[in-house]
Amino acid sequence: MLRVCLRGANAAARQCVCGKVAGHPPLQHCRRYTSAGDSGVSAGKIVAASLLTVGGGLGGTIIYAKWDPKFRSNVEKTVPYSDKVFGMTLGPPPPPVIVPKKPAKVEPLQISSVSEATKDSKQPKKEKKAKEAAPPPEEAPAVEEAPADAAAPPPPPPAQTIEEASAEAAHIISAISDVPSVPAPGTVDDASAPPPPPAAEPEAEAAPSAEAAALPAAISSNLDETLGSSAKTTMAAIGAQEAALAAIAVHTEKLKEAMDEEGAADTKSAQWRALEEALNERSKAVDEAGAALLRARDELEKLKGVITSAKDTNIDAARPQVLAAEENLHNMIVDLDKVVGKVQLAQSEAKIVSQYSDLVNEAKAQFQKELDSITPEIKASWKGLAGKLTTDDLNSLIAHAHRRIDQLNRELAEQRVREQIHIETALDQQKLEHQKALETAVLTALEHNREEMRLEQEKKVAEVREVMEAEMRTQLRRQAAAHTDHLRDVLKVQEQELRAEAEETLTNKMQEQETHYRRLTQEQLDAFTLDMNAAYARLKGVEEAIDSHVIAEEEARKAHQLWLSVEALNYSLRTSGADAPTEPLEAAALAVRESCADNEFAQALATSLPTESLSRGVYSEASLRARFQDVRKLARRVALIDETRNSLYQYFLSYVQAALLMEPEQERPPERLSPTDLDTFKLLSYACYSMERGDLELAAKLLNQLTGEPRRVAQDWLNEARLTLETRQAISLLSAYANAVGLGTTQAP
Amino acid sequence: MDEEYGRKWDRCLADSAVKIGTGLGVGVILSVLLFKRRTWPVAFSAGTGLGMAYSNCQNDFRSPYLLHGRMVKDQ
Repeated sequence: MLRVCLRGANAAARQCVCGKVAGHPPLQHCRRYTSAGDSGVSAGKIVAASLLTVGGGLGGTIIYAKWDPKFRSNVEKTVPYSDKVFGMTLGPPPPPVIVPKKPAKVEPLQISSVSEATKDSKQPKKEKKAKEAAPPPEEAPAVEEAPADAAAPPPPPPAQTIEEASAEAAHIISAISDVPSVPAPGTVDDASAPPPPPAAEPEAEAAPSAEAAALPAAISSNLDETLGSSAKTTMAAIGAQEAALAAIAVHTEKLKEAMDEEGAADTKSAQWRALEEALNERSKAVDEAGAALLRARDELEKLKGVITSAKDTNIDAARPQVLAAEENLHNMIVDLDKVVGKVQLAQSEAKIVSQYSDLVNEAKAQFQKELDSITPEIKASWKGLAGKLTTDDLNSLIAHAHRRIDQLNRELAEQRVREQIHIETALDQQKLEHQKALETAVLTALEHNREEMRLEQEKKVAEVREVMEAEMRTQLRRQAAAHTDHLRDVLKVQEQELRAEAEETLTNKMQEQETHYRRLTQEQLDAFTLDMNAAYARLKGVEEAIDSHVIAEEEARKAHQLWLSVEALNYSLRTSGADAPTEPLEAAALAVRESCADNEFAQALATSLPTESLSRGVYSEASLRARFQDVRKLARRVALIDETRNSLYQYFLSYVQAALLMEPEQERPPERLSPTDLDTFKLLSYACYSMERGDLELAAKLLNQLTGEPRRVAQDWLNEARLTLETRQAISLLSAYANAVGLGTTQAP
Repeated sequence: MDEEYGRKWDRCLADSAVKIGTGLGVGVILSVLLFKRRTWPVAFSAGTGLGMAYSNCQNDFRSPYLLHGRMVKDQ
């Protein structure tokens, strides 16, 4: 476009320079130039505007991508290679935020912690159960020792109580968890090696689970519930009692301490205060223990009621469970009573100690009073006042002391006497109390024993029942076995009878079937042989027909082949060009000879083809006709020449003759040739006529009558004509023969 | 065969032309050289030439089975 502009500009310049003759063209040029320039400017504008837009779009995309990473990732996904551009301009993309993994991680920890917690909680139970084996041997002597030893030192009872408590707790826990199992080994009665609870559990559980029906299950669940609640309350009561025990022990200790030690005033007051607190605690603990005890007793009553109701339903399946529950109940009662007894002992001990402390306090107070009455100005703490006393005071003090001693001696004597009496009364009282305690203890022991007896009896009854049931089962089994044997025998006999019957019927049927079958097969065979013979005969006929057909077809095929080859030969005759001969007929003739190898006639015909036609081919009639005209002209011109007259002058003469002589070009040849017809011209006209009519043979015959030079001139043509005629004759004969053979081989419908 | 006839005539004419021409030429030369520019040698030679040609032609036509060879130069 620039070039155009330049050219235009130059042209315009030239035009302008060369005298503005043509006003329009330069203007046009200029206009074109200016329009080109305008378009150039606007094109520049367009280019600039487009560049600006593209740049702005790119920059905006990059800036926004920097601000919004999601947009950036979207663009990176959609537009290829944009990630590289962004990487170059903005740097690597920000890492994606990993938020949702945390809660998933937290949960498994929690679960594991929970599982761990459950694991931990299981262990103390197991530990307590493990302790069971150790405590029982120690428990029995400890329990027996505790009630007898009233002033036992503090450390052993707490430890023993702890062990007892642990044993009882284990026993109660086992009562909660394994209702149908054998009663827990932590009981006093089973001092011998207790069966390990885990081994007992599956045995006991298997038995009741095998016979679980709806009602026993309900009963057992009920029992479980009540057992559980009662065990809990008993535990609580025992705990409370223990606490009360501990509180009482603490209180007595503190009391003894307070009484025995004669320390400074402030320590004393502190001791008295501590004593008061301990007293408060003790009273509280005792009250709590009393309340818990009441609750526990209520629960135990409830349990007893449930057990009796379960017993009333009289279901065998629940019996072991009921027995176990009863035993558990009994044990719990025993434990409670034990603990209560301990608490009472402690309380009595505390009472004695308090009484003793009261007496001591009283004596101290009296002494203090006397001392004050004698020496009023002296304060309570007179021990450290040795330097302040006067001789009078000392004398009075000594006199008082002597008097006091006398008094005390007298009191001591009195006391001795009274002591005797007191001891006697105390002994009586003690005896009475002992009696009472003994009676209560005997009663409770009796009660316990009775309970145990009853439980044992029930257990024995259950065992005996089981044994009975087992025996019954064996007897029943025996009976069933006998029954099955009898049935077997009877069945055997029946089987034999039936078998014999069946066999008989079977043999009969078989015979029938056999005869029937034989008859059928015979018939079949006969029919079959008939069919076979007929088929064989037909087959023979068919075979003969086919053979004859084959022969006929073979003949037909050969005939067809011959015909085809002859047709091919015929066709090859037509392949001649305008002036060219046909293709050599060698191949076709060979094919013909092959196809009629066994036919002499055909062979003869095939071999009769002239060799020239085989090797060189023959001319077609049309070409011969065309050539004939030339031959005719020439023959006319040399009509006078023969062997005798063949000088040049004769040639000239004959030429003149041919020029001057007029004869009809075509003249119909007569049937018979007379000697006057043997004139060259006449012959030529006859030949021409016959040629025009397509009668090559006649023409050839006529031309054959030529003599002299015309003959020589027509010789070639004659030869060709003769060849053609021969070939055609042979081929027509062959085709006629082939047709005849073909016709002969066609089958009549 | 027709071509033979035509060829014969061609030969004949060519031959006669050559002979007559040669005769004329020879006659002219003779007349010029020997016979003091008389016309009778020319006519005589021409006639001789013609006669020879005629006789050749006649012979050629009379002997139809005589083949005419051609000299092939070996290279």
